[in-house]
Amino acid sequence: MAEVLVLVDHTDGQVKKNTAELLTLARRLGEPSAVFVGKDVEAARPRLAQFGAEKVYVIDNPDVTGALAAPLAEALAAVAEQASPAAILLPTSGVNKEAAARLAVKTGSGLITDATNVEAGDSGVKTTQSAFASNFTVTSTVTTPTAIVTVKANATAPQAAQAGATAVPVEVTVSDAGKATQVTASEPKQKSGRPELTEAQIVVSGGRGTGGDFSPVEAFADTLGAAVGASRAAVDAGWYPHSNQVGQTGKQVSPQLYVAAGISGAIQHRAGMQTSKTIVAINKDEEAPIFELVDFGVVGDLFTVLPQANDAVKAAKS
Amino acid sequence: MNIVVCVKYVPDAQADRTFSQDNTTDRTNVDGLLSELDEYAVEEALKLAEAGEGEVTVVTVGPDGAAEAIKKALQMGADKGVHVLDDAIHGSDAPATSLVLAEAVKKAAGGSPELVLMGLASTDGTMSVVPAMLAERLGLPQITQLSSLEIADGKVTGRRDSDAASDTLEAPLPAVVSVTDQINEPRYPSFKGIMAAKKKPVETWSLADLGVDAGQVGLESAWTKVESFTARPPREQGEIVTDEGDGGTKLAEFLAKAKLI
Ligand SMILES: Cc1cc2nc3c(=O)[nH]c(=O)nc-3n(C[C@H](O)[C@H](O)[C@H](O)COP(=O)(O)OP(=O)(O)OC[C@H]3O[C@@H](n4cnc5c(N)ncnc54)[C@H](O)[C@@H]3O)c2cc1C
Ligand SMILES: Nc1ncnc2c1ncn2[C@@H]1O[C@H](COP(=O)(O)O)[C@@H](O)[C@H]1O
Repeated sequence: MAEVLVLVDHTDGQVKKNTAELLTLARRLGEPSAVFVGKDVEAARPRLAQFGAEKVYVIDNPDVTGALAAPLAEALAAVAEQASPAAILLPTSGVNKEAAARLAVKTGSGLITDATNVEAGDSGVKTTQSAFASNFTVTSTVTTPTAIVTVKANATAPQAAQAGATAVPVEVTVSDAGKATQVTASEPKQKSGRPELTEAQIVVSGGRGTGGDFSPVEAFADTLGAAVGASRAAVDAGWYPHSNQVGQTGKQVSPQLYVAAGISGAIQHRAGMQTSKTIVAINKDEEAPIFELVDFGVVGDLFTVLPQANDAVKAAKS
Repeated sequence: MNIVVCVKYVPDAQADRTFSQDNTTDRTNVDGLLSELDEYAVEEALKLAEAGEGEVTVVTVGPDGAAEAIKKALQMGADKGVHVLDDAIHGSDAPATSLVLAEAVKKAAGGSPELVLMGLASTDGTMSVVPAMLAERLGLPQITQLSSLEIADGKVTGRRDSDAASDTLEAPLPAVVSVTDQINEPRYPSFKGIMAAKKKPVETWSLADLGVDAGQVGLESAWTKVESFTARPPREQGEIVTDEGDGGTKLAEFLAKAKLI
């Protein structure tokens, strides 16, 4: 059976859930092998074994960090040359997509980004992704011998399948061209203590209608255990960090519940949230397009509606 | 400095975007425009050119209508345009697009470009991969998704934000750079700009002009194939209440009934 490479997403060897999802998907296509970039492979091996990685290719080289696309692409090309895989799966992220892009050109392989499903097809690896602000679902086939696919979080439920996870060190020499771009400074982001936007079951977002006061949005989010999102108008005004932006140029979220407060519902905002299971909106303007999407909407002022809802939810919970 | 900006002509996101019979993006029956995310790249190029010596060339690979994208960039202030137009390009995937773009960029720059500026993503394909592919094909460093940008001493420096950190990146020129919608506020074409654009040179090149074999591009040669597309069923509008002093309570009742709390 052909190998299928899965790029491991980890922090200091702590393997993230998306990697377990990708290893689960990889088993549909062939024999999963993990590709581990970094030095803490021993910490990661048990989890990689648990989800079915027969081999773990280890790239422990300071020139390859996972923060820059060009060296990562060279490293993955070296593994691919050794393994001749049927597919290479990477968790979707800015850097991973760009590494996948370079890898596609290097190896002459078809590339699909942001897949929400991956299957074995009759004439190649078959993928599902969404298009045009999630108004369409598209299925594609990769027709080259190796398929490169970046996969979104929550594409499948991780299923355990014990395997050996034998470590296979890979020597990589990054070219001078690959080393040309450097990270010269890095400032870690402050953690909010709230759930990650893309992983949260509930997201409460505020827009221009907050007038810059996100306190009712945050209070409601905290009562619900939710992540806080923002429209681009709120981000552009400097009211909330860009990392919380929901939409085409922000995060794409698909939670159980999405609450939009003071957000009009522009197509670029919808692109990031319209696949949410349940959508609720509070907006002063009954004509706001966001109401076309909602399961429940309140025409009203968010500064009175949200605090009242917050009190009522708190009362219901206790 | 010689700046090349790659821009794409895309179907308007405000229109009902859809696919054609052959499963490619419908670029004929849906109004198109310069991808809004490429306006940020054009603006950044204009600012750099205005700050020093320099010329801005916009390059697009696309159908007839793509001339509109060039026109808009020229109206904003770019100096000249290149339109790669060839029926054989229809249906090309990202790797093939980057192949054509690589040859076009080299020819437009008269050899090696000093700086190639691109958008964060095309608003139709939204893959964010063509800049990296182009860098790979040109053998250049990439420095991408920047929300600030500075050129000095033969180097490009900029800020790239991820969820975990805000990084400062640096690369030697020549380089391929992509910018986000955080980087600037694109200008609107002025009346003067609109008039001036009419006299600016636009060249149209075919694949033969670029020495690219038509067999390497297009729908038949693509490495990925769209099998099917399905419109997501429209969301049905649920209950809308007007707040009469109990809107928040009703909202909480809805959440309780839907077992969301
Ligand atoms: C290329 C491109 C990419 C983009 N990407 C994104 C993106 O990723 N995410 C995104 O969100 N946008 C994006 N946009 C911008 C998008 O087009 C809209 O401009 C933006 O979403 C508007 O934000 P908003 O709804 O908060 O503001 P507005 O459209 O101004 O709406 C504010 C709403 O608040 C309501 N309101 C005001 N006061 C109150 C109150 N007290 N109580 C209740 N309601 C109130 C108003 O009735 C109004 O409906 C993008 C645009 C472009 C061109
Ligand atoms: N057909 C094209 N012609 C010119 N530039 C393009 C084309 N397609 C993509 N680009 C450039 O590549 C960037 C990213 O596009 P994409 O990878 O399709 O999301 C765009 O913002 C453009 O700068």
